[in-house]
Amino acid sequence: MSRYLARRLVLLVPTLLGVSIVVFVLVRLLPGDATTLMLQDARATAADEQALRHRLGIDQPIHVQYVTWLGGLARGDLGTSFKSHTPVRDELAARIPVTAELGVLAMLISTLIAIPVGVISAVRQDTWPDYVSRSAAIGLLAIPGFWLGTLVVTLPSVWWQWTPPLRYTPLLDNPVRNLTQDLVPAVILGLGLAGGLMRLIRTQMLEVLRQDFVRTAAAKGLAERAVVMRHALKNALIPAVTVLGLQVSLLVSGTVVLESIFVLPGMGRYLLEAVQARDYPAVQALNLLFALVIVVANLIVDVLYGWIDPRVRYV
Amino acid sequence: MTTTAVRLRASPRRLSVPHRTGALAQLLRTKPLGAIGAAIILVLLIAAIGAPWLAPYPYDVGVAGVRLQGPSLAHPFGTDANGRDLLSRIIWGARVSVTIGFGAVAISTVLAICVGVLCGYFGGWFDLLVQRVVDVWISFPALVLLVSLVAILGPGLFSTTLILGILLAPGTSRVVRSAVLGMRHLPYVESARCAGAGHIRIIRACVLPNVSATIIVLATIQLGAAILAESTLSFLGYGVPPPYPTWGAMLSGTGRAFMLQSPWLSVWPGLAISAAVFGFNMLGDALRDILDPRLGRGS
Repeated sequence: MSRYLARRLVLLVPTLLGVSIVVFVLVRLLPGDATTLMLQDARATAADEQALRHRLGIDQPIHVQYVTWLGGLARGDLGTSFKSHTPVRDELAARIPVTAELGVLAMLISTLIAIPVGVISAVRQDTWPDYVSRSAAIGLLAIPGFWLGTLVVTLPSVWWQWTPPLRYTPLLDNPVRNLTQDLVPAVILGLGLAGGLMRLIRTQMLEVLRQDFVRTAAAKGLAERAVVMRHALKNALIPAVTVLGLQVSLLVSGTVVLESIFVLPGMGRYLLEAVQARDYPAVQALNLLFALVIVVANLIVDVLYGWIDPRVRYV
Repeated sequence: MTTTAVRLRASPRRLSVPHRTGALAQLLRTKPLGAIGAAIILVLLIAAIGAPWLAPYPYDVGVAGVRLQGPSLAHPFGTDANGRDLLSRIIWGARVSVTIGFGAVAISTVLAICVGVLCGYFGGWFDLLVQRVVDVWISFPALVLLVSLVAILGPGLFSTTLILGILLAPGTSRVVRSAVLGMRHLPYVESARCAGAGHIRIIRACVLPNVSATIIVLATIQLGAAILAESTLSFLGYGVPPPYPTWGAMLSGTGRAFMLQSPWLSVWPGLAISAAVFGFNMLGDALRDILDPRLGRGS
């Protein structure tokens, strides 16, 4: 087990290097670069443009740029943003808590909805409680988050002249105000994620509930509640854990959209802005960070997988 | 042994298929949600295939005098800021959504089966290496891959389909892999191996039939996911470019700008997306219940 873990940790390095190389190349394949946008208004000559490229270090061959960037990374230097001219690390430090809070809240909400709904609709398969809870969960999954988000931002301003505050309040400054700001996007995000998780729990529960050990547990006189919760749910959650890892990448995409709609100063919105401004250092750092989160989440999932289900053998 | 037992149990059901109406009535009775989903998808497919005949107006040419009209007899869904009939645009939008949805899921499913079955079945170093590629693939924030590939391939129906297919594949491949991983050491697979069956035969006869239900269900549900993803892309401005009418783009452009004065502009496309995604999800769930013999009632 510890050998497995050590090997997986070592293998994180090539994965992240792979991601960083692909991002590095892709972002440079985009049409235009930072100079086209920075010199838009001025009457810039080709020489100005070249000078700026030189100053930003994007006139060098791509492998030289990559090695330079990697060297900086090794020293904990993520580079300087082309757009704001401040270190990317400082830009990230301000934005990570916003996205992390949104993500954790959304994950929590989706799990809290998914497990009970999934269990109920499996235990009461093909009855009204099953139909109602399932259509509600899938209905919420089917509603596009960006649409719901736009409606939620727009309609209250018409009906009650209430607009969401444009200034973001950090959690530590004023927890109550912060939560009122983050809760709505987190609920929208969580509802979108809950449907998939709920379905998986339901199908796994259905499968497990028909297995012999469940019948045995019921036959020896255990209450239905104990059979469902202690014997069935535990086994049904194993594949659900895999999906939890996949949820993290959905979460990342979701934060991009919802942070844009709700004007939250998080990493998702920053990524969108950075791509549009061709702010290479920011795009690279953000992608690396997102990738790190996803990779670590998947590693945790794989380790949990073996811990929950001793039948899985690590090789 | 398990496979034969499953086949035996499944055969009476297969025999009853000739009574088509009976099977349909049974579906309606036991899986009403699945039947609703199937009905929604049927409407969607009819709209997508019959768009040129069903749409009362062209989707790209508006009439100047009827801008931003509410629903009326002439325009049941109203008109947009360019005087285009919204019902016609929704119907044509179904064609875009269905094309991208089916195309993307076909690409993703084929990719995912290849990767998932091979990794789960062979395991070992092969699995470890390929899973690192999947890791890179899966840990890639979708948006950057998407924006970059759209810029490189040029925006269009084909590039959006391809990119969505590539993006959806790793998720399915992980699920297929873990399903295969779980059955690799089951007695019937090992007994097939002892009986001298080759890898290809084991994969075809023992492994694939047991993951096929999972794959069909995932593919159905991914159709919904692909349609949702496509509309999100179009909303962000990276989707299929005009003149193709896409539901997502309808929500982002005029729909958002005129949401206050003409809410139906954003209501219809949003409902269309929700209905399509809901339909595919419900059908997927019902298929799962029906296709997996282990979930059969009273067994």
